[in-house]
Amino acid sequence: MNTRLSLAIITLVLILVPVCTALYAESQVESQGAAQNGKKQAMAGQAQQESEGERVFKQNCSRCHTAPEGFSSNISGTIARHMRVRASLSKHQEQELLRFLNP
Amino acid sequence: MPLAICTLLTLRKARPIYLAIAFITVLFATRNGTAQDTPLISGGVGFFTQTTGGNTSYQPIIEPLLAAPIGHRVLIESRALLLESFNPKGNGQPGYDHSHFAGFTYLQGDYIASSHLTVVGGSFLIPFNTYNDRLSPIWIGNFQDGPLIAGIGTLSSGSGLGGKFSGSAVSHQKYSISYDGWFSARSGNMQFNSKRSVGGRGSLYLPDSRLEIGFSYDRLLQGARENFFGGHAWWEPKDTAFRLRSEFARGRHAQGYWVEADYRTESFGGLNSWIGRFEPVFRIQQTFRRDSFGSDSVPSVNTQRADFGLDYNLPHNTRILTSYARQFSAAGNTNIWETGIVYRFLFPTWKGKS
Repeated sequence: MNTRLSLAIITLVLILVPVCTALYAESQVESQGAAQNGKKQAMAGQAQQESEGERVFKQNCSRCHTAPEGFSSNISGTIARHMRVRASLSKHQEQELLRFLNP
Repeated sequence: MPLAICTLLTLRKARPIYLAIAFITVLFATRNGTAQDTPLISGGVGFFTQTTGGNTSYQPIIEPLLAAPIGHRVLIESRALLLESFNPKGNGQPGYDHSHFAGFTYLQGDYIASSHLTVVGGSFLIPFNTYNDRLSPIWIGNFQDGPLIAGIGTLSSGSGLGGKFSGSAVSHQKYSISYDGWFSARSGNMQFNSKRSVGGRGSLYLPDSRLEIGFSYDRLLQGARENFFGGHAWWEPKDTAFRLRSEFARGRHAQGYWVEADYRTESFGGLNSWIGRFEPVFRIQQTFRRDSFGSDSVPSVNTQRADFGLDYNLPHNTRILTSYARQFSAAGNTNIWETGIVYRFLFPTWKGKS
């Protein structure tokens, strides 16, 4: 059983090492890109910043699931209310999320 | 909590016709809402196959969800499960046996009392660790089957019948703390089976590092009066599509853990490129039987299992799930192959106001 456990651990390491390497590579690419585009980003200012609604979505909704592709604006309020209950959002966060879902 | 008691009393006497009337009433009650508050029907429809030890079973499944807001503070929500299982007859007999199941997973009313408190009444998912109430829908889970320890702390049915309060105790930019506390009555109702129990969960989330840790506890208040403990840790590094989730659970008769990692790359044209839609998934889990009196769904002997999955996220909310698992135990080692497809639907119950 110990041999099997060792094999499982080795397998886990073999999978996590390339994943972590890829994550590191992506962060390097992002940082290089950020340095090159520093001036452009500074000029863009708040327009390029992540909206609060998007932040609420990323930090709460997409922790469990991806965003559904395309839905009626008639139910955006219901989705925001459902997420408020599920993710214990405040009223303000619910409103920001609604603005993000239905700009 | 009048809402919880009222809902509880209603559900204990539940008959299908009453539930249908209640469902229609809720839909009509919501017609006075704003244009964005139209009740929605969401959920998943899927077809799964599983091959274990050379035997293949097939499982078409539908898991619809209803969410209907009433006014500014109330939300009625419910999820149901309808499935048909086709399994080989075994004992050398040709052909398949089939069985079906249809029932509510939960049916609850939520009252948003304040920014820090939501009161829930009815049949609710037991908030023990994270799998039961966050990852169990078929359109969310990365694997077809849940972790081996999913039965620890969720008290057989996974649902409680009674009242729950939850909310965000503290919410700062640097951290937030959320909580759940609940009590469930004993119910032998076929649709809303539950055990007399009490429990709670608390979790700390650090937005900067995208790290969440939490602890769960519940106690069975009937029969053997067992205690269950759980802990979870999730890490999702910022600006990446990598997720690491883990849980530990311990009961009187068994304990175990699972760790799951999944990743999508943005390096080749973003998440919606044909490469970015691939999602490799890995899960390792171990269970330990503490005695032979199993009151949970954990394997009867110590078990180790590694799942290797490759999911593909098709356009239009469709997902292909494939995985291979090798399970090691004293009862015998087995290979488990799983393939499935899930479509997530989401639409309003009617057109609504423009």
